[in-house]
Amino acid sequence: MWEYNDKVKEHFLHPRNAGEIENPDGMAEVGSIACGDALKLTFKLDENKRIVDAKFKTFGCASAIASSSALTEMMKGKTVEEATKITNQDIADYLGGLPPEKMHCSVLGQEALEKAVENYRGTASPKKEGQIVCECFGVTDKEIQRAVKENHLTTVEEVTNYTKSGGGCKNCHEKIQELIDAVYIQPIEEAQPAKSTRLTNIQKIRLIEETLDKEIRPSLKHDGGDIELVDIIGNRVLVATRGACAVCQASQQTLKGFVEWKLRELVSPELVVEEVAQ
Amino acid sequence: MRTVYLDNNATTRVAPEVLEEMLPFFSDLYGNPSSMHSFGGQVARHINEARARVAALIGAEPDEIIFTSCGTESDNTAVLSALAVNPEKRHIVTSRVEHPAVKVLCENLVEKGYRVTALGVDSSGNIDMDEYERSLTLDTAVVSLMWANNETGAIFPVEEAALLAREKGILFHTDAVQAVGKIPINMKGNGLSMLSFSGHKLHAPKGIGVLYVRRGTRFSPFMIGGHQEKSRRGGTENTPGIAGIGRACKLAGERIEEENTRVKELRDRLEREIATRVSNIRINGGKALRLPNTTNISFEFVEGEGILLLMDEFGICASSGSACTSGSLQPSHVLRAMGVPFTMAHGSVRFSLSTYSTDEDVDLVIEKLPPIIARLREMSPYWKEGSVCAAE
Repeated sequence: MWEYNDKVKEHFLHPRNAGEIENPDGMAEVGSIACGDALKLTFKLDENKRIVDAKFKTFGCASAIASSSALTEMMKGKTVEEATKITNQDIADYLGGLPPEKMHCSVLGQEALEKAVENYRGTASPKKEGQIVCECFGVTDKEIQRAVKENHLTTVEEVTNYTKSGGGCKNCHEKIQELIDAVYIQPIEEAQPAKSTRLTNIQKIRLIEETLDKEIRPSLKHDGGDIELVDIIGNRVLVATRGACAVCQASQQTLKGFVEWKLRELVSPELVVEEVAQ
Repeated sequence: MRTVYLDNNATTRVAPEVLEEMLPFFSDLYGNPSSMHSFGGQVARHINEARARVAALIGAEPDEIIFTSCGTESDNTAVLSALAVNPEKRHIVTSRVEHPAVKVLCENLVEKGYRVTALGVDSSGNIDMDEYERSLTLDTAVVSLMWANNETGAIFPVEEAALLAREKGILFHTDAVQAVGKIPINMKGNGLSMLSFSGHKLHAPKGIGVLYVRRGTRFSPFMIGGHQEKSRRGGTENTPGIAGIGRACKLAGERIEEENTRVKELRDRLEREIATRVSNIRINGGKALRLPNTTNISFEFVEGEGILLLMDEFGICASSGSACTSGSLQPSHVLRAMGVPFTMAHGSVRFSLSTYSTDEDVDLVIEKLPPIIARLREMSPYWKEGSVCAAE
């Protein structure tokens, strides 16, 4: 049995905006019956170009229906521009969180919203971009890498939870792992534009602190973790992990793949991040 | 709220008579049946009685009964034993609709270098006996076919299949977890070598299983240890569980006729009434020879998890073969093997009754389920009134 919170249950038992708008300004159909969930989204604008109504029809589990209900509630009253800023995480947050295995339901909502806006703007492309990686669920490399980047996914299992890819025959697991690796281990030359002017030590320390504050901590805090700068010795950046990071098995991967990569990109390619016990 | 428990293929309530039989083993009768003193020895006598009761239900001899911890342990022991006593043979025959206890074991054995033939089934859930016969080779060590399917209740002709295997000197095991207690089974004179079943599917508690091994069948133990179960399964006996399953088997023998008359009629009425009230449904395995207590109904264009959660609001307990409830992202392997279309597979619900099921239980489902399906279909992008049904 899934552990749905009361808000998810409430939106499933009493979904808002179920149905379909006639002559909508934007509409999209995403997912498929073979995959086990599908969503048809329609919306209507008022004279001020604000979304005055949004409706859904969903085939899928309780969390798919709850996510659709949440999405339509969130869209209403927003301009199209504002609505496009809604992410899958926002949908999950609106519902007070979804079980990890059900995050793909929120991704389905985000996908429907994007497609419906494309439909409204007349920019819809009939074809999926990228190469299909997961044949079972028809998921492309672009979709997988986007989910990895936006949600800081680090394992194949997480990618399956968010995109369904890899949830069928499992033949694509190796390919998914390669795509995850490619997101975190980008070639340093590419990620290092015009930052190679030499920094003084003081500049370097300030830049490291700034990068930690602006670029790194918000992402870690998102997952309940944190990081503390302990010392900088030459190019060695000594840090201590806090919160969820301190007990997380993937923290080494985060330190090397995310923290070090960000610091190298934004401060200096020679930096090495080391964890110290504190 | 009253619980309407129609999920007896998942597990069953412990019968009050069974609980009563077990209680002394948690208090006064705590002795170890292996002990030399009479205090422990009296417990051994109760185990012997339980063994005789279990044997009687399936027409076996008491010394053909080995107590294990669960159905999965029995299944694993049987298949691995057959391979161990036939070290030169590297081939296994099974089906695509087995319970994970056999299916996943066979998948693991493929990785260890064994060849596995997993027989397909037709849309009713039947295997093709000609294909089965052709699959048996000189290299085949064991056949493992379930007696009755847990999801659809479809019954395989295991006795006929076992005779074909025996002619070729191949050991035959059946996972009879769903069959024992629901349909009459008599091991005398059939060609089966080994049979597995579990206590908690027939009103005994969880944690006790049985492996039947025909006299004269070569055997290699799975649990290595003491001399318990004639050295065929090491480990101190689960005395309360054994006493419980003994009583449960006696009860099952007394109730098997009711299971095949009153319970079957209840199941049939449930199916009939749902079919008249809801369009676009399919009874999965409905054309096969089936267990009397099981029905697996697909509702087109809706997803099973939603159905279960909405029924849960009324205290109705059932199962689904939908992706969301199977613990994976794909619908049940059984329904996929039967070629059930995706529009149907995701919306499957299994009701499994027992002798504790009542007219009122079935009435409640008949009353509550049709509006639930209508409500979910109203929300489904695929549903249109008068849709052509994908059922055969």
